[in-house]
Amino acid sequence: MSATVPHPETARVAAVEIAGLTKRFGHTEALRSLTTNIYPGRLTGLVGPDGAGKTTLMRLMAGLLTPSSGTVRVLGFDTVRNAERISELAGYMPQRFGLYEDLSVMENLDLYAQLRGLESDALKEHFDRLLTFTRLGPFTARLAGRLSGGMKQKLGLACALISSPRLLLLDEPGVGVDPVSRQDLWRMVHAQTAEGVAVVWATAYLDEAERCDTVILLNEGQAEFAGPPGELTATLTQRSLSLSHPKQDRRVVLSRALNLASICDGVIQGSSVRVVLRQGAGRDEIDGLANEVGAEIVPVAPRFEDGFIDLLGGGPGGTSALAESMAPVTLRSDLAVECRELTRRFGDFVAADHVSFQVEKGEIFGLLGPNGAGKSTTFKMLCGLLKPTAGEALVAGLNLRTATSDAKSQLGYMAQKFSLYGLLSVQQNLEFSAGVYGLTGAAKRTRIAEMIEIFHLQGYLKTSPEDLPLGYKQRLALACAVMHQPPVLFLDEPTSGVDPITRREFWTHINGMVRKGVTVLVTTHFMDEAEYCDRVALMYQAKMIALDAPDALKGKAATGGREQPSMEEAFIHLIESVDAAYAAAPPRAVA
Amino acid sequence: MNWRSPRLTAQIRKELLSVLRDPKARFVLIGPPVFQLLIFSFAATLDLTNVDIAVYNRDAGRWGYELVARLGAASFVHRLRQARSSDEIRGMIDRREVIAAIVIAESFSGEIGALRPAKVQVIFDGRRANGAQILLGYLNTIMGGLNAELSGQPGAIRESLAVRHWFNPNLIYRWFIVPSLGGILVMFVTLLVTSLSIARERELGTFDQLLVSPCTPTEIIVAKIVPALLIGTTLGLFMATAGIFGFRIPFTGSFPLLLASLLLFIVSIVGIGLMISSVCSTQQQAILGTFTVGVPAVLMSGFATPVENMPRVLQWLAQAIPLKHYLIILQGSFLKALPPSEIFAHAWPMAVIAVVTLSAATFFVRGKLQ
Repeated sequence: MSATVPHPETARVAAVEIAGLTKRFGHTEALRSLTTNIYPGRLTGLVGPDGAGKTTLMRLMAGLLTPSSGTVRVLGFDTVRNAERISELAGYMPQRFGLYEDLSVMENLDLYAQLRGLESDALKEHFDRLLTFTRLGPFTARLAGRLSGGMKQKLGLACALISSPRLLLLDEPGVGVDPVSRQDLWRMVHAQTAEGVAVVWATAYLDEAERCDTVILLNEGQAEFAGPPGELTATLTQRSLSLSHPKQDRRVVLSRALNLASICDGVIQGSSVRVVLRQGAGRDEIDGLANEVGAEIVPVAPRFEDGFIDLLGGGPGGTSALAESMAPVTLRSDLAVECRELTRRFGDFVAADHVSFQVEKGEIFGLLGPNGAGKSTTFKMLCGLLKPTAGEALVAGLNLRTATSDAKSQLGYMAQKFSLYGLLSVQQNLEFSAGVYGLTGAAKRTRIAEMIEIFHLQGYLKTSPEDLPLGYKQRLALACAVMHQPPVLFLDEPTSGVDPITRREFWTHINGMVRKGVTVLVTTHFMDEAEYCDRVALMYQAKMIALDAPDALKGKAATGGREQPSMEEAFIHLIESVDAAYAAAPPRAVA
Repeated sequence: MNWRSPRLTAQIRKELLSVLRDPKARFVLIGPPVFQLLIFSFAATLDLTNVDIAVYNRDAGRWGYELVARLGAASFVHRLRQARSSDEIRGMIDRREVIAAIVIAESFSGEIGALRPAKVQVIFDGRRANGAQILLGYLNTIMGGLNAELSGQPGAIRESLAVRHWFNPNLIYRWFIVPSLGGILVMFVTLLVTSLSIARERELGTFDQLLVSPCTPTEIIVAKIVPALLIGTTLGLFMATAGIFGFRIPFTGSFPLLLASLLLFIVSIVGIGLMISSVCSTQQQAILGTFTVGVPAVLMSGFATPVENMPRVLQWLAQAIPLKHYLIILQGSFLKALPPSEIFAHAWPMAVIAVVTLSAATFFVRGKLQ
């Protein structure tokens, strides 16, 4: 196959040439006259918010869709006229890779090899390499359905790599994957680019974009930016600032900063607040605020995410209408959530092993860990969805095991996939949530009207949640969860797959509610979201291996030349140090 | 439990909307019942008509011709094929041209003349066992007719049996099948509606959302019963109406008692549906589960074959099938004015089944909560 393809060293020919590409679905234009090139031997990031057209572009390049107008040429072959060649040259890994869950890891590899017309005997060496690479070697006999999220993605990638494609298309491979598994994925992809393969990595995670050689930033079907990520961040020099150690509550500082006209974006990073100045805006306002709250203000290295938000015209303001509408929260107990020696076994397998911690009123508490580390199990026991084998979980001082409806009315719950009733309309979903939490009559009507206004749902009342854009789905899920003004809020990966601007808006609401005294318990894979937490518990192999403020956790990882480690580096460092401690004994199955 | 609690009302509304707003679910509720009513009532009949029969008449006498003439005149016979040898008969049966062949012996008229028992051989196609059995009955009637005539002859000793079928004097098959369908379809639709309801919520993740809410397990179960009860009752009444007015089947029993039994029947089925739902995590599994339970339930209900013919163990098991009891009440109410005492005798087992299955379902939901 490679004989027909010019080697990257000999010719700098584009692997994919996209010219005037438009794709319409009915009346909506998913892509609008897009022209760009993708080069071999490079990792190209395809970045953009949900619904920007990333998946459509991937499928067009894989020859699975035909353009409405314009052309896509992969390694010189037109995707429409030479469609059969594309499937030989391109490896495509869709968001949910088609693994056969009832087949083992090895059987999946064999099957994909056979589908590609490759003899599996001759592939032994290739398989071994893929298995070593993915670190799936010890799990070849395990059913694909029983792998963790990260392991599934790695197996999916291995299956896509079986035919040694010249163009590798990966659609959001990092979604739901913990940092450790993500590192493996990066390693595998870099090895491919080193061999001259053109790799396209579609993602909504902007920290991933930063690690790509080239980035194509898609928004509403158009390329807003194309080039090395450094080019975009360079426009932000001296515009990214950090307000460290303010004397005031950092959530208040963030809210005030975001309400300044000269600030286009801001997030919390541990005990600091990080802001981005609008283009051409002066530092007077923010310097004034820093002075007032007693914070030290220093320029920091701009991130790709800053550029992204800036390009899209800035994030939302700092005031949450949701929080404004709330009365300060009262709680029967100073401890909002408490777990004592919480243990859960599934047969021989220990999913959570003597986990103990306390969450105080008005705190944001993060539960982090790799896939399969036991954080979901712990989370489920805390909100009463799973019965602990041993130990106790208390919410607002009430034991959930003997929980009455009263205890449950104290908590709001937002599930991972925004569990909404797809057969009911948005309005009916809101009414249902209000009803099950006992709201009636005028109180119910007022509250629903408030939710519709705060979350801008007016235009969607008759729509089914399934047809909502992901960002609106998330808003509706939050609206349903906080309908009854719960003093304790459980959020299970609340922003998975949601674009950065919607995430900003989400955290503005959460920060606002926390200031009113709401307690938040959150699980997340986004390390920058962990920074919003007051304290973070890190779980690994069913045990809690660390519990501290984000800055303190980062401090622990500040060794070996890393002056200011990121949250992700801290996460990996802590897990590796546990692995090192267990080095004598072989580690348990964790991807 | 407070019946007017906003939590319960909200849930019942949600359940009803989930069924009624889904075009697929609406079709499942309306399409198959009407379709099956038509199919079963018109196509699936055990009455035998339009059959082809071969006759090999080796008798040259009067009685042989008489028998052939009677066969040819019978309403159920489409065509009477004359065969001239045993081999020809074999061929016709092999090629499925005829379902049966009648061989009249050479001595047939002679034996009758001598007042000795005369014999006729009938060869059936065993591959069509059901039809053959029914045909045998019909042929016996014809032979009986001939016998009766012969018994008028001097010296002949023949007994005659006058058959009269009570409750369904003309043995109209539809009188039996349409009311029974009313039970079977109500069972399947109710099973589907309930078994899908929890499975759907589990599949979409909304069940967790429901479990973290202050709703109690009893409320959740009650909210799942109500829509099934409404839909099942509507369907049951529609089927009864179709039977009485559409097919003109006599309804001789008590309507209020039938309605009460219908409600009890549906509640007991809801319990079974919820138990299926509790072990399924996807809607696909729930549909499979419904048919895994539903089909044997129909077979053992006495609809197709009498319960008394089954092995003892299966007869005991049949007592646990609500459909078995309901069919007795249903058929009885239509055709034989089943007295209240008999209705009660078959209603209480359904009540027991309902209590057991609903408690099990509530237990399951509670188990999920802890």
